[in-house]
Amino acid sequence: MKFGVVIFPGSNCDMDSFYVIKEVLKEEVEYIWHQDTDLEGFDCIILPGGFSYGDYLRCGAIARFSPVMSAVRDFASKGGLVIGICNGFQILLEAGMLPGAMLRNTSLRFICKFVNVRVENDQTPWTNHAHKGMVLRIPIAHNEGNYTADEETIRRLEGEGRVILRYCDEKGEVTPESNPNGAMQNIAGICNREFNVFGLMPHPERSSEDILGSTDGKVIWDSVVEYLNQKA
Amino acid sequence: MAELYEELGLTSEEYDSICEILGREPNKVELGMYSLMWSEHCSYKSSKLVLKMLPTTMPHVILGPGENAGIVDIGGGYAVAFKMESHNHPSAVEPYQGAATGIGGIVRDIFTMGARPILCVDPLRFGDPSNPRTRYLVKGVVAGIAGYGNCLGIPTVAGDLYFHPCYEENPLVNVMCLGIMRTSDIIKGVATGVGNAVILIGNRTGRDGIGGASVLASQEFDERSAEKRPSVQVGDPFTEKLLIEACLELLKGGLLVGLQDLGAAGISCACSETASRGHVGMEVHVDRVPLREEMEPFEIMISESQERMLAVAEPEKVDQVLEVCHRWGLNAVVIGQVIEGNRLVGYWYGEKVFDVPVDSLAHGPTYRREARKPAYLDEVQSFDPSTIKHPSDCNQLLLQMISSPNLCSRRYIYEQYDHMIQLNTVIYPGSDAAVIRIKGTSKGLAVTCDGNGRYVYLDPYLGTQIAVAEAARNIIASGGVPLAITDCLNFGNPEKPEIFWQFTESVRGLADAARALEMPVVSGNVSFYNETYGEAIHPTPVVGMVGLIGTISNRRSIAFPQDDLLVVLLGQTFSELGGSEYLFYIHGITAGNPPSIDMDVAKRIHATCIEGIRRGLILSAHDCSEGGLGVALLECCMAGMIGAEIEVETDLEPQEWLFSESQSRFVVTVQKSKLELIDELAKRRRIPYSVLGKTGGNRLRINDWVDLDVGEAFQVWDQALEKILS
Repeated sequence: MKFGVVIFPGSNCDMDSFYVIKEVLKEEVEYIWHQDTDLEGFDCIILPGGFSYGDYLRCGAIARFSPVMSAVRDFASKGGLVIGICNGFQILLEAGMLPGAMLRNTSLRFICKFVNVRVENDQTPWTNHAHKGMVLRIPIAHNEGNYTADEETIRRLEGEGRVILRYCDEKGEVTPESNPNGAMQNIAGICNREFNVFGLMPHPERSSEDILGSTDGKVIWDSVVEYLNQKA
Repeated sequence: MAELYEELGLTSEEYDSICEILGREPNKVELGMYSLMWSEHCSYKSSKLVLKMLPTTMPHVILGPGENAGIVDIGGGYAVAFKMESHNHPSAVEPYQGAATGIGGIVRDIFTMGARPILCVDPLRFGDPSNPRTRYLVKGVVAGIAGYGNCLGIPTVAGDLYFHPCYEENPLVNVMCLGIMRTSDIIKGVATGVGNAVILIGNRTGRDGIGGASVLASQEFDERSAEKRPSVQVGDPFTEKLLIEACLELLKGGLLVGLQDLGAAGISCACSETASRGHVGMEVHVDRVPLREEMEPFEIMISESQERMLAVAEPEKVDQVLEVCHRWGLNAVVIGQVIEGNRLVGYWYGEKVFDVPVDSLAHGPTYRREARKPAYLDEVQSFDPSTIKHPSDCNQLLLQMISSPNLCSRRYIYEQYDHMIQLNTVIYPGSDAAVIRIKGTSKGLAVTCDGNGRYVYLDPYLGTQIAVAEAARNIIASGGVPLAITDCLNFGNPEKPEIFWQFTESVRGLADAARALEMPVVSGNVSFYNETYGEAIHPTPVVGMVGLIGTISNRRSIAFPQDDLLVVLLGQTFSELGGSEYLFYIHGITAGNPPSIDMDVAKRIHATCIEGIRRGLILSAHDCSEGGLGVALLECCMAGMIGAEIEVETDLEPQEWLFSESQSRFVVTVQKSKLELIDELAKRRRIPYSVLGKTGGNRLRINDWVDLDVGEAFQVWDQALEKILS
């Protein structure tokens, strides 16, 4: 199985994602330049965190026009796995591959800290190693993670089980205090209808080794590996 | 020219000497270049004689001061490059951009050497937080550091923050960056090889930051300071990120002969310094510089527009260099070449616009300034802290102390910095030093910065020694062995003999402490003219220190790790409240003698702690400094959410025992069964130690003086800064 990590100008979690796939999961991984359009041979594409194009316009608003994004869209439409982390999630929203948009954090400040998220659906390629209600301790690091969407979209996301992760407290209670950025319904991660495209604000690559204080993020990577192994 | 040179900050003697060097009067372009290069900021003309006192060579030093950053060997084929700098005046005038471009500048200094920047450290000093302007400055500076550093993907892992009214109009915004590289990948800022191309990479040049080094950084502040806002540069972290990746790729590919960042004095500085180091001349075609707006040659040569690099490459590699830059979406233009001789010559559409000896620009004048002991010292030092009346409720006092602006949690600030990116941070901000692992090895680095301006104000020599010793303790408590120092020396106007005396004494303290603790000073920065309306800041040398952790599993945090451990104090507490946070915050007094320090004792206590950690006897360690033992114990409790029972016998007043800032102390935890071994260690090194009590429960109890719920204290400590700043 082969992972691909897209490098947009301004990506800065590309090397971190690459490192975790290669050194922690011990799986094959390659970088994909934002101008490349050939995704042949990849099984999972990672849109990493960072500040693509400086995020000088809306986050992700320019990156979505990169040549690689039309290839990513094709790749997803054929069932390929696509995960967008942080800025990668923002790019997926701007590209219309996931519904909704990001507002600035309600504190109007960048926030970098560990948060707790609850797994809401364990029947996805991204969470099959978790169980429903499981609390994961994973860091966030963003300025614009305040997820918003119209009522109809939220209703559909909730109804179709597409809200995958929700900010919660240590015990798994979804509370206003445990919501770090003001996201609607404490939403931290969502999927498309087919569940092969996943966007999330927390950084699983930052919590995949004991030495970094948590391995809860590895649950997500292990799920992907399991899914791809079964598919193969 | 007469009015012009004064306006540009040159003295008439300096102007005369320029005329002598050139054998004629300089033209406007040349005058502009000299005014910048001979500014205090670029030339170190007041400080360079004094700085010769510092120890700079040791076997592990690969590169000492004089280059863009110092480089130290950490073994296994790896080296680290690091340096600290100031962006004080720009941040006072425009806090967000001032702080942001400060990051940009220091980061370029690091990757210029071929190192990948892996962390930043931000020491900050502000005025009284009850002043709305202070709060505006803090928020702007922190947002600027976050805005720029987070975008680059370089974690800000440590820092420190002090408030004192002396920094009201002139905050200190220092920043340190550290990068890692293979020792074989080191590259210098040197131009060599006649005929080699000189390439300008990165942002277009604009009118921002004209005269930043001379008009802003090398003059005092007054009511006209706001007019200097156009001298502040504007940062573009996105371009800087591309520059990092492009330059590291160029270096990895072996495509460059030399690389130099453009900082103060822009193209003038980069060209003259690289040519001077390579003992060559350089020809520059000013008209080829990509511009944002129409500009005169004079402005182009001295503009401090950000995110630009100067590369030197062999002619046959130029196309490849340009190709790499263009792929990263960067401008890259050949603007000149290395020539024989020793002159920096500039052309504007074929017409010669400057022609000066390289060395005369790169090495400005040297001044031996007059130094005189300031009159205030006798008065402040004669203050006797034993004359003050202590409030009796120690419980209340300790709670007050941990909510003081100088001691409360820094979480509000470091949560705005991405301190985790690059997956190396293994001890987060809030402990004594940040600890970074080095991937692919079993090693780690501990990094800290320290500098208590109150101590240095009260005794510049002693205060600076303490800064070095405290930094070393922070490294050691985290499991490291101190390796080397970088510094940022923030002082007032060096033309005033009293200020220059403070500076000289402080550097002497730095030199003596570094020698005593066997550490070289490998890089640094001097920031003078930190004055407003003639009032200087406290002399504030900030010490940045890097330590090596041989085995990363030997890292230690300050947190009490479990119940039923013995709490041991290495070192001894004396009645030393002079210059303390207790005097300042509770009594409103900045006076007395700072705590004494015996460097020989310090060394032995440091060695004991290092050995105790290495042998696994010491399970947690915390440097005891500002706020004293009372605050240190509570910090250990709060970090691990574990209480402690402390029973001590002492001749000191409870308040003295709790808040004295005696030096060379560590609060450590050990298993009861290992106390004998600690005793042996201490006896062998002839150091004082005492068992204070044991960990456990959820309260901190100290004799019948203190009885606090750790969770409740945490709430007070954790929330304080946000409340203070809102």
